[in-house]
Amino acid sequence: MKFGVVTFPGSNCDYDAYAAVKFVVNREVAFLWHKSESLENCDVVILPGGFSYGDYLRPGAIARFSPIMKSVIRFARSGGIVAGICNGFQVLVESGLLPGALLRNSHLRFSCKHIYLKVENYNTPFTNACPPGKALKIPIAHGDGNYYTFQSDLDDLQRHGRVVFTYATADGEVTAPANPNGSLANIAGISNREGNILGMMPHPERAMEKVLGSADGVYVFNSLVGHFEKQPANAG
Amino acid sequence: MSKAKAIVYIRLKPGVLDPQGKTIGQAMANMGYGEFSSVRSGRFFELECDHRPDLEKRIDEVCRKLLANPVVETYKVELLS
Repeated sequence: MKFGVVTFPGSNCDYDAYAAVKFVVNREVAFLWHKSESLENCDVVILPGGFSYGDYLRPGAIARFSPIMKSVIRFARSGGIVAGICNGFQVLVESGLLPGALLRNSHLRFSCKHIYLKVENYNTPFTNACPPGKALKIPIAHGDGNYYTFQSDLDDLQRHGRVVFTYATADGEVTAPANPNGSLANIAGISNREGNILGMMPHPERAMEKVLGSADGVYVFNSLVGHFEKQPANAG
Repeated sequence: MSKAKAIVYIRLKPGVLDPQGKTIGQAMANMGYGEFSSVRSGRFFELECDHRPDLEKRIDEVCRKLLANPVVETYKVELLS
């Protein structure tokens, strides 16, 4: 299987995602340039973290119109696996592939620290290899991660298992003090209804080796690998 | 030929939390301007272009697509000429 990592002007976690795939889970990976419209036959497209277009206007608002996004949107709408991390999540909500918006953190500060995530849905291409009940230790690094959406969207997200990750304590308890940015219902990551598009603010690609403080991000990448490789060849 | 000018005001929808406005309001209260019980922040854009028949439609379109995020923001257009 092959991963693709999009590079927008201002992306800064593209190489982290690339290295996570290439050197930790040992799969093929390519950079996809924002001006290109080709996804180069990738099975998984990652929209990485960073500050695409300097976060001008609103984070993700301008990246969403880059040439590569035409292809990413088409790929995602036809069932292709797309993961947006941090700024990538912001690009996904701006492009309408996921509902809601990511507002300024409620405390107005940029937050850069390790947090814990409760996996709310294990039945996704992004979480199937996560150990049940284990809270994942993953870093966040954002100023605009405060997830907001309409009540009707929130109901739909919760009713259909589309809340994939929530901010929690180390024991996996979803509490108000564990919420680092004011997100509605402690939401850290959501999927579309079909489950092939994930957006998350925390950075699994920065938690790939113990020496970096946590290797829990590997579960997310292993889930993606498992999703493709447990299926018969040529399926999907 | 004179140019058309438009000002686009972007506001957060009522009910959407505005931590920036709230913090500015607190600073105002600390400075002795406690009579302003609510401060909401926003932004505006000045657009200029040659007159054209579909100007209003075009401005409205770009507001919806790019300048405002319809999920959390509203916009108001003021045409100046």
